[in-house]
Amino acid sequence: MRLEYFQLIDRIVSFDRAEQTIRVEAQVPTASTVFEGHFPGLPLMPGVLLIEAMAQSSGWLLIALNRFTRMPFLAAVKEAKLRTFVTPGQSLLISAGLVHEGSGYAVTRASIEVEGKAVCGAEITFRIVPFPNESFRASMDSLARSIGFPMEAAVDG
Amino acid sequence: MSSTFDTVANIIAETCDIPREQIKPESHAIDDLGIDSLDFLDIAFAIDKAFGIKLPLEEWTQEVNDGKATTDQYFVLGNLCTQIDSLVAAKGA
Repeated sequence: MRLEYFQLIDRIVSFDRAEQTIRVEAQVPTASTVFEGHFPGLPLMPGVLLIEAMAQSSGWLLIALNRFTRMPFLAAVKEAKLRTFVTPGQSLLISAGLVHEGSGYAVTRASIEVEGKAVCGAEITFRIVPFPNESFRASMDSLARSIGFPMEAAVDG
Repeated sequence: MSSTFDTVANIIAETCDIPREQIKPESHAIDDLGIDSLDFLDIAFAIDKAFGIKLPLEEWTQEVNDGKATTDQYFVLGNLCTQIDSLVAAKGA
């Protein structure tokens, strides 16, 4: 996880096409400039970045379900609940499942656990569009490989 | 159609906080009710769930952009309800 680069996903643990779910791991860094301001003397993972982590996990789920043909963009976050503090160094297990796939949009339900305890959750809506250009798609492809995106299962499975 | 309209009107009223009495079959979702594209996603989600269908929003948008259809055909609520009824009938066929 590199907060400054909005890289909030470390590794895709599992993807289940039949169940339309994904599980992702992410390690909150022990040090980041983000913690200098959030907050001085009490470093906490910002809630908006936890929501972003759930959105990114959901996004990889949607990319996998669409066999890497289309790109989801965050459109709405509903019923987000931040249940407890997340601190530097903690390991997150992020889960996301498809709630509904519409025409040009999709809705997921995502949550984060730390050591088996629920940390946060939200219902997230995405617009889904063709990749805007080939270089962007290539960069997503590269990022996917770096986080263990299940290329074969997602593209061919 | 009337029950379809009631369901759709109730969804719009609840989703967009528009007084139910302002929502009529001849209302245009965008031009008359001021519903934007993001709110329409919420409405589409609720309609999809309520009727067990998938509104073909991308196909409709493409048709409008290509000049093959007008927004009235899909966004005037009476017409939208006719489209929904057709999709429901096709699902059951």
